[in-house]
Amino acid sequence: MDIKVNVRESSDDAYVVELGGEIDVYTSPKVKDAITELIDQGHYNLVINLEKVRYIDSTGLGVLIGGLKRVREHGGSVNLVCTNPQIKKIFDITGLVKIFGIYDDEAGAQKALA
Amino acid sequence: MPEPATGDKYFGTVDLRIPGKPEWVAVARLTIAAIANRLPFTVEEIEDLKLAIAEACTNAIQAGGGNGEPIDIRCETAADHLRIVVRDRGTKKPEPVPAGKATPVEGLGVFLIQALMDGVEHSFDAARGSELIMTKRVGS
Repeated sequence: MDIKVNVRESSDDAYVVELGGEIDVYTSPKVKDAITELIDQGHYNLVINLEKVRYIDSTGLGVLIGGLKRVREHGGSVNLVCTNPQIKKIFDITGLVKIFGIYDDEAGAQKALA
Repeated sequence: MPEPATGDKYFGTVDLRIPGKPEWVAVARLTIAAIANRLPFTVEEIEDLKLAIAEACTNAIQAGGGNGEPIDIRCETAADHLRIVVRDRGTKKPEPVPAGKATPVEGLGVFLIQALMDGVEHSFDAARGSELIMTKRVGS
């Protein structure tokens, strides 16, 4: 069980949170900490890249929803990068496709933030 | 459930007990994947099962207050389905299952279980804890 979290600033005044591995009840606190730290620092436009995520459960979805709620309070947004069919299916059946912008690549997700 | 034929190569029962702690949920998930792999499930169906068992274990951990009370998992296999029974010793009654599409965080796990599995039954006893029975049919 592993989770990799890599945070970097993009060229468009947004931050990219690149995640890799499995996001579940054990690993999601690490993801939450990374997102919370960015928001606490005043960064409200985020791209969360799920391309290297093999698995996500409801606790991981909860972290993403929590992050989205917080940035929206400041007029910000969270866009996701995801092409994994199984993960996209989870966003679909939970209805979360309607509240997150989900893109095939980082460039598209960043462009949509602007 | 139909009775499996004698000698059915798919028929079997596996019991697993894990500590009710987050770091053990992956063990349940991988075990279910290994068991499901013995049946003619598709890769997508196995992913559904992995998510469902993880959600069930997460609920069990929360019901137990995260104090590590063991979670008992029984897997019963047949040629056309996998039946999973998850028992915890939590005394906290689970949240009611939300109706319709889920968007709030609360209840999302239960919603996913219901969406991904073909049959879900739940019972709660304040003295003994919860029992969740999930069934997934091959080809569903």
